Amino acid sequence: MVVAVAVVTVRDLFSAAMLFAIYSLLSAALFAVLDAGDVALTEAAVGAGISTILVLAVLTLARRYEHPVKALHWPALSVVTVTGICLLWAVSDLPEFGAATNPVHQHVAPYYIEQAYADMGVPNMVAAVLAGYRSIDTFGEVVVIFAAGLAVFSLLSAGPGRQASSPEEDE
Amino acid sequence: MRDNGILRIIARFLIPLIMLFALYIQFHGDYSPGGGFQAGVMFAAGWILFVLVYGMPAGLSVIPERAMFVLSACGVLLYALIGLLGVALGGNFLDYAPLLDDPHAAQQAGIILVEFGVGVTVACVVMLIFTMFARRRSQFVGEWKPGDHD
Amino acid sequence: MGLLGHYNYWIVVVLMMIGFYAVIARGNMVKKILGLNLFQTSVFILFISAGKIIGGSTPILRDDVEVYSNPLPHVLILTAIVVGVATTAVGLALAVRIREAYGSIEDDLLIEKRDDVEERRESIQ
Repeated sequence: MVVAVAVVTVRDLFSAAMLFAIYSLLSAALFAVLDAGDVALTEAAVGAGISTILVLAVLTLARRYEHPVKALHWPALSVVTVTGICLLWAVSDLPEFGAATNPVHQHVAPYYIEQAYADMGVPNMVAAVLAGYRSIDTFGEVVVIFAAGLAVFSLLSAGPGRQASSPEEDE
Repeated sequence: MRDNGILRIIARFLIPLIMLFALYIQFHGDYSPGGGFQAGVMFAAGWILFVLVYGMPAGLSVIPERAMFVLSACGVLLYALIGLLGVALGGNFLDYAPLLDDPHAAQQAGIILVEFGVGVTVACVVMLIFTMFARRRSQFVGEWKPGDHD
Repeated sequence: MGLLGHYNYWIVVVLMMIGFYAVIARGNMVKKILGLNLFQTSVFILFISAGKIIGGSTPILRDDVEVYSNPLPHVLILTAIVVGVATTAVGLALAVRIREAYGSIEDDLLIEKRDDVEERRESIQ
């Protein structure tokens, strides 16, 4: 949480990128403690690796420091506080952390846990669900990441060239 | 960075290990945490490390950009083809049961092939995105005022 | 217990609000995108902590384990992480293009430039 506040308040964007990498790594550790092996691996690789590299690449193309901000932005802070209070009040209706009788564990999940090896012969239940029971969602995801590659290519393939509307020319 | 001895030696040691580990995660996704996405991202990270140490032209001569385009599309097509193969052999879309005789082997074969397609696409797309961003810097023509990097 | 059983959700809400504040209160686009990623990661923590069973273990079939944590949220979050990085990449590409076309990625400078361009157009007409 301290790291998250630091990411927001630091002016030097390079430090913000590094703090974001630390935040990703801490979340990956949190996922590992919460028994999510696959997710921890993915978050560590993606968050601390790829996101940070891309932000650093953009920093070489743009300014490194952001503009100085006047103290706290009060309208934004009030919106955030009101939303936060509403969410905290809504969250109190959710089931308790970690109880085995939560509704989320009741319907489809026991079937997956018991039948995954019998149906698929694959010990890793997450992979069995991801590529076996629900592989059409994974297909959609592959298409999404391919589309993102296409989008970045279409945005950045032509060279920079002359700037479009350049008010600096008249000065 | 090519001249920095420590970086070169460590990179020479680490990059093959990273790529090998990515392949290990790819094919052991059935037995341990892993699978296509993690493996693809790690492979791309290994290639990015190579580019950071040895420079962009060296990186592009190892994996040319054309190969990245073609392979990323091939990954998606492999996934779709496995799905259509299920249809052609008499099941639903992305049904692995008609592929082989033994039901367990059919499911495992389907999952391994599908995850391989996913891994290839993810690796190529991440490498492509990094290449697009990294090349922009060297192409930047125009008003790069000296006070920009303060 | 009533209140203390939900502490994981409190942490999630606080992180979510920090990311939300970064998106709306900071003008620099890269900072906004980082705030969006903070927001996304807090939502991942929400799902993963909802799927945990105390006393369970990682959902990979082994001989000596009886209770497994729920694999279904893991599957959802795996997809969500990859989609998140795709969105970040496209957003950063847009920021680079805006920088090249208008010379800045700060909100206030961009608004001034847009006002300048509009004034110039009106004065020509």
